[in-house]
Amino acid sequence: MIPTREEMYEALCARHGADLQQKFSEGSVAVCGLGGLGSNIAVSLARAGVGHLLLIDFDRVDISNLNRQQYFPDQLGTYKTEALSHTLRRIAPYCDIAFKTVKLTEENIPDILHGYPLICEAFDRADQKAMLVNTVLEKLPDSVLVSGTGMAGLDSPNTITTKKITKHFYLSGDGCSDSEKGSGLFSARVAVCAAHQATTILRLLAGETEP
Amino acid sequence: MIRINGEERNTAGKTVAELLETDGYNPLKVAVELNENILPKTEYGSTELKDGDTVEIVRFVGGG
Repeated sequence: MIPTREEMYEALCARHGADLQQKFSEGSVAVCGLGGLGSNIAVSLARAGVGHLLLIDFDRVDISNLNRQQYFPDQLGTYKTEALSHTLRRIAPYCDIAFKTVKLTEENIPDILHGYPLICEAFDRADQKAMLVNTVLEKLPDSVLVSGTGMAGLDSPNTITTKKITKHFYLSGDGCSDSEKGSGLFSARVAVCAAHQATTILRLLAGETEP
Repeated sequence: MIRINGEERNTAGKTVAELLETDGYNPLKVAVELNENILPKTEYGSTELKDGDTVEIVRFVGGG
């Protein structure tokens, strides 16, 4: 027997405070890319009781993802959107989870992300990160974007920070460690960056605008 | 002087595209904020920097 919606909400209020929990439960966040960053961000937001999540990815779960992404071996070959939605429903059964199995492009981003006040960039490739960030900042001026760049390798986790670039753009990461230049991706360090992004989202929901 | 990623530099008259090239950035892997506003990529070549501008160049690297 899983707890009722009211029991789960009361448990979150007891942990977080009722005022904050109301803000979280009214929150609406789009997570773009469901790899090491996005899957961890989504799990953190669902656990915190964020009310509405949109999950976007075009890819399927691959064995190479299991070192750092929130998937299970029995989910190999399934779409990440479906696999992660399934996991999130186990974590937070009353969270309103929508997903789109689609590749985001300059053309479709305005339509798909329109109306989401908070957007997480959680892509893997540098050119795709830049494409999403540029398109969101140009085309969706009312949204706030939290992006991640630089979390590869095993440099100190203390080099990963969050900066406020403008009032619409926050950037987490160490800014330099590049998986495309041969650094591996390790679950713990990727999760540090994901936790920075997720914490920034929760702070924004709470009304805190400084990183 | 122009403030570029926190550093005062004398690059007035250069375009953003020229600045990115001089500094070794791949224009497909950056976002450029000029005076707190995103600068569309289509304007990199036509936007000349002028004294007092503040430029923030965000470089994206792989991993996620």
